[in-house]
Amino acid sequence: MQASETKPIGPGNAQVMNRFELTKRLVAKLPEDAAVIGGIGNTNFDLWMAGRRPQNFYMLGSMGLACPIALGVALAQPQRRVVALEGDGSLLMQLGTLATIAMLKPKNLTLIVMDNAAYQITGGQPTATAVGTDLVTIARGAGIAQSAWAADEEMFDELATQALTKDGPWLIAARIDDKPGTGTTDRDPVVITDRFMRGLGTKK
Amino acid sequence: MASAAPTPSGTHPEARADARADVRLWHDIVRETLKANDVRLVTYVPDNVLKGLIASVHADPFFTAFACTREEEALGIVAGAWMGGMRGILLMQTSGFATLANVLASLPVAFQIPTLMMISERGTLGEFNIGQALVCRTMRPVLTSLAVEHHTLTRLDELEFTVDRSIKQAMATRAPVALILSPLLTGGKVFKA
Ligand SMILES: Cc1ncc(C[n+]2csc(CCOP(=O)(O)OP(=O)(O)O)c2C)c(N)n1
Repeated sequence: MQASETKPIGPGNAQVMNRFELTKRLVAKLPEDAAVIGGIGNTNFDLWMAGRRPQNFYMLGSMGLACPIALGVALAQPQRRVVALEGDGSLLMQLGTLATIAMLKPKNLTLIVMDNAAYQITGGQPTATAVGTDLVTIARGAGIAQSAWAADEEMFDELATQALTKDGPWLIAARIDDKPGTGTTDRDPVVITDRFMRGLGTKK
Repeated sequence: MASAAPTPSGTHPEARADARADVRLWHDIVRETLKANDVRLVTYVPDNVLKGLIASVHADPFFTAFACTREEEALGIVAGAWMGGMRGILLMQTSGFATLANVLASLPVAFQIPTLMMISERGTLGEFNIGQALVCRTMRPVLTSLAVEHHTLTRLDELEFTVDRSIKQAMATRAPVALILSPLLTGGKVFKA
């Protein structure tokens, strides 16, 4: 966190990283029982490729809902750490959920935004973050005080460690490159629900 | 009160001059039935007709109740909570339901998640806002085309049975269900000229 004391980290000076690399770093740090909700497309795909954990939920088609689904899990299981992985386009679609999360202040919830400044999976059309929208500033304004840009991989690790051990809610944003997701998820929703619920201990 | 529009007899105690203290209001019945079925989470985007139900779940510590910014968000929260072991219901207005087709199809229907929905029906039986009247026409066709079980609640004497059985069926068959609160039950929102 020294970096943030010298110069505030924003989308302008944060390093451009890679989603799959960051996802692997995150997964390596997760407590075994932590739940992770992937967003539509690439965040899901890289989560899938970073290792099949039964505590991962891979949503299909409900663009913008990784954070609300994660919030629901976090409310139902306050002892479990819950992480949402979301793209910038998806978060922009459901910005209101930042206010809802700020209002409820779930201690066990972390949101991670992979900001490639584009709707990459639909052809790379730029999102508003390409021309100045700062999702960390928005999150802070919504009331999630513990929101920060990761300056580099090391800082991403530090922020993730904090978020997984101290009281949340947290939002970590990372600028990422335009590499596509590294694989594709299984697309059988009933199997996904079944595995996830067994992973959460809500189905025997 | 003297100039009040006619209200259905027997079904809407709030609107009746002779309402007795021992008559349970529709939202008391709904709240008690949710409780009896261990439905603890209530997410909503408010509606005037839902005011009493919303206030009463907020007043009861059994429930975790809060407003959401959009109905899609509220449905996502209920879906996540159910997978985490907590049953929930989303309260909304007809216009809010109209924003849900994609999420309904791709989340509770596709993933077999029993999200409970209660919709205050605007757009019929005395509607004064043309937008509400028009969008209301999309509600049942959307529910039907996704094969989502739905019931229109019109009578106080059938309310507990319908809500209770619908929750139980949703959970047992792992399917979403929509309970539509008709103005015949609630009195609806009355146009004041
Ligand atoms: C409601 C809805 N609108 C549009 C789409 C089409 N769509 C699918 S993925 C996507 C882009 C997602 O962008 P982002 O979250 O930034 O992730 P990225 O593709 O950049 O990894 C869009 C527009 C959709 N699936 N659902």
